[in-house]
This record gives sequence, C-alpha cells and structure tokens, in this order.
Amino acid sequence: MSLFDVFTIAGSALEAQSVRLNLTASNMANANNVAGSAQEAYRARQPYFAPLLNRALTSSGAGASATTGVAGVRTLGVLENPAPPPRLYQPGHALADKDGYVYGSNVNPIDELVNMISASRSYQNNVEVLNTSKELLLRTLMLGQ
Amino acid sequence: MKADFSNSLGIHETALKVWTARTRLLATNIANADTPGFAARDVDFKAVLSRAAGRSEAPALATTDARHLPAAGAGQAVRYRVPSQPALDGNSVDLQQEQGAFAQNAVRYQATLQFIQNRLRTLQQAISGGER
Repeated sequence: MSLFDVFTIAGSALEAQSVRLNLTASNMANANNVAGSAQEAYRARQPYFAPLLNRALTSSGAGASATTGVAGVRTLGVLENPAPPPRLYQPGHALADKDGYVYGSNVNPIDELVNMISASRSYQNNVEVLNTSKELLLRTLMLGQ
Repeated sequence: MKADFSNSLGIHETALKVWTARTRLLATNIANADTPGFAARDVDFKAVLSRAAGRSEAPALATTDARHLPAAGAGQAVRYRVPSQPALDGNSVDLQQEQGAFAQNAVRYQATLQFIQNRLRTLQQAISGGER
C-alpha cells in the first residue's frame, strides 16, 4: 500500500482517455471519407472501458483491508458504430458502384466533439490526481527535515 | 529508563496509512469515471477509527454451526457509495463529489504530515536538550 499505486491508477486512466482521444481524432479525420461499398465505408469507432483488476495492488493494513481488487481502468476493445453508412448518389464519382452510389462514413461530428470534451476533461482530472499525489509524496519525503 | 520510540508518533502513523488508502480509492474512482458499471467506493472513517481504537462496530454473530458464514461484510472499512444521480450505464462515480473528497483527503494528509513533523521536532528538541 503506497501512494505510488496512485501513479499506476491515474496512469492507466490517462492511457485509456488518450485512446479515446485518438479514436475521436481518427473519427473526425475520416468523417468525410467515401467508399465504393457499404463494407468498405468508414465507421465511427469508440473504445469501451473496464475496471482493471489488479491483484498485485492487494493491500493489507490499518483500514485498508478491503481496498483490494479494482484499481485503474483499461481499454477492453474498440467498437465500431453499427449504424448503416449513408448512401450518396454521385454517379460521377470515381468510386461509385454500378448504380451510381458512394458510401460515406457514419461519423456524427457532434457526438465526436462531445466525446472529445468529455475525454479531455477526464484526462485533466487524472493529471490533477497525479500532481496532487506527487506533491504529497514529495512532502512525505521531506519529513523530519 | 528505556526510551521507546515505537509509539512516539501516536495515531498519526495509522492516520497516514488511512489517508493513503483513501487516496488510492478516490484515484480509482476518478480513473473509472467513464467505465460502465463501475461502483464508486470510499473509506468509512468511523469503521476505521473504531478498528484503530481496537473495538469493532460490527455486531458479533454467533456461529453455532460449522456451516454458518462469518459476518465479514458488517464491519467493512470500505463501502460502496450511494449514487446521488445514478447513470444509465451503471456507473456510480459522481465526479464533483470525488474531486471534493480528493481535495479534502489531500489536505488531511498534509495535516497529518504536519503533526508528525511537529512530533519529530519535539523529540529532536528533547534529545538535543533544547539546543539547535
């Protein structure tokens, strides 16, 4: 049991949120992609998180006997938005299929912006947790001086 | 007289451990603010204090049969939060509450550090006979 665990915990959250930010950036960058078929069309991606069960962090001590198990967060995987990509009639397009349709991406820029704000706030929160813990650790190191 | 320094820091040594454990728990809560189904937890200070003072709050259940389960959950120092605004995805982290608790916890940690610091200074003074 030590404050160093907080670095692991907040670090895992930073990693998870940066995956989320990365995916949002990827979605925004590909929002205007078109493809020749519905299968090839770009679909919006989202990570999904799960608590990180870490037995190594299992602790015992005064008042800490039950702070076992859950610590940190991890990205379980990336889900693609199952919504069908929009079908656009553009017979002159180089990628158009035999009926003259191209397939756009199903990225919703509003969703992505909201996600980006949420992810960046969560990221900042965890940075703050890291900073505070670091401060406390440094002060503990200075004990007795 | 034999000098015994093992208890010289009093309750503050235990208190520091409790604040550390709480920092970890709150950091876990904040880290999992976006995790579906995550249940926020916190330290029940009353239970910790009574444990540190050597008395348990939990009513002792008599186990009159070998198959009876001990009531381990009753005196638990760590409890799940009751969410004020439950989310649809089952996450019970209230970020404002966690941030407030984290800030409060950091201040308490520093206060305990200060208490220990003062104890150490007092001891130092006693050892050196008041000389600097």
